[in-house]
Amino acid sequence: MRHTLAVLVENQPGVLSHVSGLFSRRGYNIESLVVSETEDHTVSRITLVVEGDEQVIEQVTKQLNKQVEVIKVNDITNEEIVERQLLLLKVSADPADRQEIMQIVDIFRCRIVDIGRRSLVVEATGDEKKIQAIIKSLRPFGIQELVCTGSVAMLRGQK
Amino acid sequence: MVPGAEILIKCLEREGVEVIFGYPGGAALDIFDALQESSQIRNVLVRHEQGAAHAASGYARAKGTVGVCLATSGPGATNLVTGIATAYMDSIPIVAITGQVPTGMVGTDAFQEVDITGITDPITKHNYLVKDVRDIPRIVKEAFYIASSGRPGPVLIDIPKNISASKAEYQEYGELELRGYKPNLTGHNGQVKQVSRLIQKAKHPLICAGGGVISAGAAEELFELAEKSQIPVANTLMGLGSFPLDHPLALGVLGTYGLASANFAVHSCDVLIALGMRFDDRVTSSTEKFAPNARIIHIDIDAAEVGKNVRVDYPLVGDLKIVLNQINERVKEMQHPEWLEEIRQIKNKYPKRINRPESEVINTGEVMEYLNEYLPGNSIVTTDVGQHQMWAAQQLIFKNPRSFISSGGLGTMGYGIPAAVGAQVACPAATVVAITGDGSFQMGMSELGTALEQDLPLKILILNNQCLGMVKQLQDHYCEGRHVAVHFQKNPDFQHLARAYGALTLRVADRTELAQKVREFAEHPGLAVLEVIISSKDNVYPMVLTGSGINEMVGLG
Ligand SMILES: Cc1ncc(C[n+]2csc(CCOP(=O)(O)OP(=O)(O)O)c2C)c(N)n1
Repeated sequence: MRHTLAVLVENQPGVLSHVSGLFSRRGYNIESLVVSETEDHTVSRITLVVEGDEQVIEQVTKQLNKQVEVIKVNDITNEEIVERQLLLLKVSADPADRQEIMQIVDIFRCRIVDIGRRSLVVEATGDEKKIQAIIKSLRPFGIQELVCTGSVAMLRGQK
Repeated sequence: MVPGAEILIKCLEREGVEVIFGYPGGAALDIFDALQESSQIRNVLVRHEQGAAHAASGYARAKGTVGVCLATSGPGATNLVTGIATAYMDSIPIVAITGQVPTGMVGTDAFQEVDITGITDPITKHNYLVKDVRDIPRIVKEAFYIASSGRPGPVLIDIPKNISASKAEYQEYGELELRGYKPNLTGHNGQVKQVSRLIQKAKHPLICAGGGVISAGAAEELFELAEKSQIPVANTLMGLGSFPLDHPLALGVLGTYGLASANFAVHSCDVLIALGMRFDDRVTSSTEKFAPNARIIHIDIDAAEVGKNVRVDYPLVGDLKIVLNQINERVKEMQHPEWLEEIRQIKNKYPKRINRPESEVINTGEVMEYLNEYLPGNSIVTTDVGQHQMWAAQQLIFKNPRSFISSGGLGTMGYGIPAAVGAQVACPAATVVAITGDGSFQMGMSELGTALEQDLPLKILILNNQCLGMVKQLQDHYCEGRHVAVHFQKNPDFQHLARAYGALTLRVADRTELAQKVREFAEHPGLAVLEVIISSKDNVYPMVLTGSGINEMVGLG
């Protein structure tokens, strides 16, 4: 199963390579990894999406915790979270198709951020499911280029 | 204002360092220059940087404090790598300091530049590249704390030449703030209760004591638990010395070259109390067949070890000294007469020594027996890696923690002699014996030069079987006896070699002279090398083949 881990680390050079090195040498699979500063500039946050059974995830978490620069590891998979990815997608858009593409873009509430002669660049944010759905809907028109960030995630505020 | 190198030495002094095992070079010039000024710290000039790291490890293991080694950049640093990895696998606290090219040249493939922090990332507990001379006090303090606390291990500090040369005010560093590093020391109370209850209820309990018992200084607590609850104790290779092997409850070493009694006990116990060990594959062999009837209690300082290799029913994370005290407070006295009788019978059925009095050839069991007899009580034994190591582990009667020093996790040939150098420097009054093979000796022998120079009265015992015996044994079992690259066609004359280093040299090929020679060797006040000629056909038994359970031994005979 897929797990989302929120890892708080010291904001120092070398930390990312320690963490990613740990994954490669112990044979864990990273699906995605996003690093960013946090509200505290001495702390960075790595959001990791990892595939593995309970035992693997437990080991990953423990091994991460062992790193001196890792301050905290939270498995937020089963928490109430807001999760987002950012997608940029260049889709072939002949004049005949444009109308239909615009409709899809509307339905998913994404945006067209560039128009070329034969293509459109679509920008979308959303969780994994939504992003996959958009890609699937636009695929028939011909995807020329695609980039997508990994997930960033945050616990929801208390209700 | 003082140079970074001087700040470094001051900081090392503050950590209580008395000895550094070092080898100089361009990038470490300033550090050695400052070191010479210290009245507290002396440098033991080794002959190879790998020896420096191993000696620091032997020192740390004999003394129970952090060992320090020092090398220059590039090849000096890479020569440390095997030693650092060896210490990492066995959780030995060392701090390795390396010189580095000046910061402005880092990343340019400068002369003798190597990315040693990158290289050692997987084999250090933590490492540092110093970028600002003012960080030295904090980094040194952190390095010693990290190396020696929690699960101990090596820490490396890489210091660019311009940093050790540039000047700053020396300021002692205050309180450490390592928010990502807080070892868990006290056992969770609820779990302690559960575990104590289970121990109390067990019918066939067994303790497996690993190296963690020694690094936690918990041998007394282990002794108390074993005696009061009458629980037999098996040891991992790293745990030898944590429980006196002459005690009736002692089973000795377990694992793929374990003793029959220890291995059978693991197989039949109903509660296995694993202390400071990590269920290495040389301990468990097939994990599915390991301790099939037992509920497993695993007590270790490193949470990541719990449940890593085998399923654990009762995890307990904490410092063994503290946790065992917590348990000892709860557990009441017990007797297990039937269980102990069962174990006694196994011990009788499979005695340790395979005696062959009819043979002229020297039997290694006998060699070990004479060592047991003639070595003084305060002896420290180091080993290299191979059959000789396993014979020593099986047959020597260790009674004290820190009396057996061997490369368990990495299995590093060439460890024994430099580790003995370190141990002898740490404990000048002890008799330090390095047991080695003719193969391993030739990997570690450069440090005889260090022993000579430092006047170290090491005792080096070469079990000469004219081959790389352990690999030969593997070829016997896994390659249908096809021996490849294991028999030395020519070996140097070890007597001549040893004499060149000023050692007393002894050689024995005849059984009838063995006792006398071992005695002379053990009692010699200075450096001595004893070469014992043994058969190249001998193998270590019992042995567990790959895929078998540790109860399924071959060569039980
Ligand atoms: C550095 C290193 N290289 C290779 C090995 C593989 N190896 C394990 S035991 C052994 C043979 C050791 O021979 P020797 O030191 O003569 O001891 P013996 O087994 O004959 O007692 C070898 C080559 C090792 N453990 N370490």
